[in-house]
Amino acid sequence: MSRYAAPGSDGAVMNYQSRYDHWIGGGYVAPKQGGYFENPTPVTGASFTEIARGTADDVERAIDAAHEAAGPWGRTSAGDRAAVLNKIAQRMEEHLEELAVAESWENGKPVREALAADIPLAIDHFRYFAGVLRAQEGSLSEIDEDTIAYHFHEPLGVVAQIIPWNFPILMATWKLAPALAAGNAVVLKPAEQTPASIHFWMSLVADLIPPGVVNIVNGFGAEAGKPLASSPRVAKVAFTGETTTGRLIMQYASENLKPVTLELGGKSPNIFFDDVSVADDDFLDKALEGFTMFALNQGEVCTCPSRALIQQGHYREFLDAGIARTEKIVQGHPLDTETMVGAQASNDQLEKILSYLDIGKQEGARVLTGGQRAELGGEMEGGYYVQPTILEGSNQMRVFQEEIFGPVVAVTSFSDFSDAIATANDTLYGLGAGVWTRDGSTAYRAGRAIQAGRVWTNCYHAYPAHAAFGGYKQSGIGRENHRMMLDHYQQTKNLLVSYSPKKLGFF
Amino acid sequence: MASAEQTEDGRAEPQAPERVAVTDEAATMIRKLTDQHGPLMFHQSGGCCDGSSPMCYQLGELRTGDSDVLLGRLEVDGVAETVPFWMSASQFAYWSHTHLTVDVVPGRGSGFSLEAPEGVRFLIRSRLLEGSD
Repeated sequence: MSRYAAPGSDGAVMNYQSRYDHWIGGGYVAPKQGGYFENPTPVTGASFTEIARGTADDVERAIDAAHEAAGPWGRTSAGDRAAVLNKIAQRMEEHLEELAVAESWENGKPVREALAADIPLAIDHFRYFAGVLRAQEGSLSEIDEDTIAYHFHEPLGVVAQIIPWNFPILMATWKLAPALAAGNAVVLKPAEQTPASIHFWMSLVADLIPPGVVNIVNGFGAEAGKPLASSPRVAKVAFTGETTTGRLIMQYASENLKPVTLELGGKSPNIFFDDVSVADDDFLDKALEGFTMFALNQGEVCTCPSRALIQQGHYREFLDAGIARTEKIVQGHPLDTETMVGAQASNDQLEKILSYLDIGKQEGARVLTGGQRAELGGEMEGGYYVQPTILEGSNQMRVFQEEIFGPVVAVTSFSDFSDAIATANDTLYGLGAGVWTRDGSTAYRAGRAIQAGRVWTNCYHAYPAHAAFGGYKQSGIGRENHRMMLDHYQQTKNLLVSYSPKKLGFF
Repeated sequence: MASAEQTEDGRAEPQAPERVAVTDEAATMIRKLTDQHGPLMFHQSGGCCDGSSPMCYQLGELRTGDSDVLLGRLEVDGVAETVPFWMSASQFAYWSHTHLTVDVVPGRGSGFSLEAPEGVRFLIRSRLLEGSD
């Protein structure tokens, strides 16, 4: 096992600055009111940098810079815009290790995941949107012999993006890449729990992006997020987070008659039919890994497979094997390359998870493994760690209905296909789902019957660009990760042209 | 559920049994935020990230409607107006068997909740309502 040196210590592959201001118009700008807030690492609980505490004045300044940049950027040729995105991807690839360590230190995730997933996915995402931009074409409709409707894609202008804290760089990329490809200028507000890694990213790519095309305003939601989301000077708001804030953002957008895209989470079912266990082979091994995916990223994933539905015929044996697989998870220092589960992103997140373990037990859920805060000792004593936990109960319990956002799975059984689908769909949300079976017909019918935007079939937690990602029901509006996200960042301009010299004859 | 919580004119009124309470520490924070921002409201969130956390706003900041349920009005010493606590009706369908207590812990929630700049986060602690299984 090897461990990356902590940022700021001897031998570190990257270091954070001691302070970050707002990134506006291609340079750093101090917050007008002069405030800063401390940014702790969840690994130890100790602060490692301080961050500008933005207010409405700073947001206005960033929107000004974005408006100045939006026109020229929108007129930049598709080829040149795509080249910028490809150069960003290339630069990130050259600094993959530094970006991964930066992300791990700020968020608490295992560096193994950041190295293998977060940062490579972000790199590919920029390349994907560079590619689809080049392939995008307008259209024309021949209304009649002399009348043609031309359809052009035009950028929206200045867009606002509010980023969550669970995959700070990857989630920013999901929003930045399509917005920039489409020719928009962006004002981006990172989450206040993870405000710094995007600045390290910017330090690597700033010379590639024209000033004002990407602006980063830090601060708290109430002080900086609200003036950004409610500004009449942004053409669209994109948000990933929870439902009440999603409603509030839609409310502000309705006041300005602006569109929004929202990704608001889920309570994703992971369904294991009896035939999964008919052989002890690679497929069963893969399915058990799929069960254990609830612990990926400490469970801080909006598509966390946090409800495991196991068919009664193999329930006990599959669950026992799932418990054994879960107990093999290596939890530890996020910068250890062998660590599989690291720290929760913040203290309040830790407290919330523990409050769910409490109500789960009160409701009668049985703790099959884990169930407590993990005390890892040493420098990690002040960090935020939770044991990977399996609860067994029924789908009406709150631990089956609410996104705990921790390494916690709630397990129940089902009798047959219709019982599985009824239980899977008995939720407010519809973002992700998993279906595991050796029968192609069952897999297809289940996938179509589940009310969720993404149904992983005999796989889970893959997030490739080129596969649309978004929610049904209360899980949001819009589809990321796919060319169709370009449409969410573009206007359609129609020129309706007559080539006939003849009048209509009405007047 | 939802309809039982609301009177005929659509104005929701707290019903027995008590559904929501507040700890002394949270009450202290509510007093402080009221001094800064005026009358307050809570709306219980769901979903990703800070989902499942109560959001605290200036009264009326989030528009509530027929799709929401008023769980109660928090009475806080030193705060003239009670603080309404709302939840969407669809979410209440899954929460109605539990009693909620608004607490506060050190941390830094995201969302637009007013307490975050104070370095704390409101948090829900739950227990089963009497008579629930």
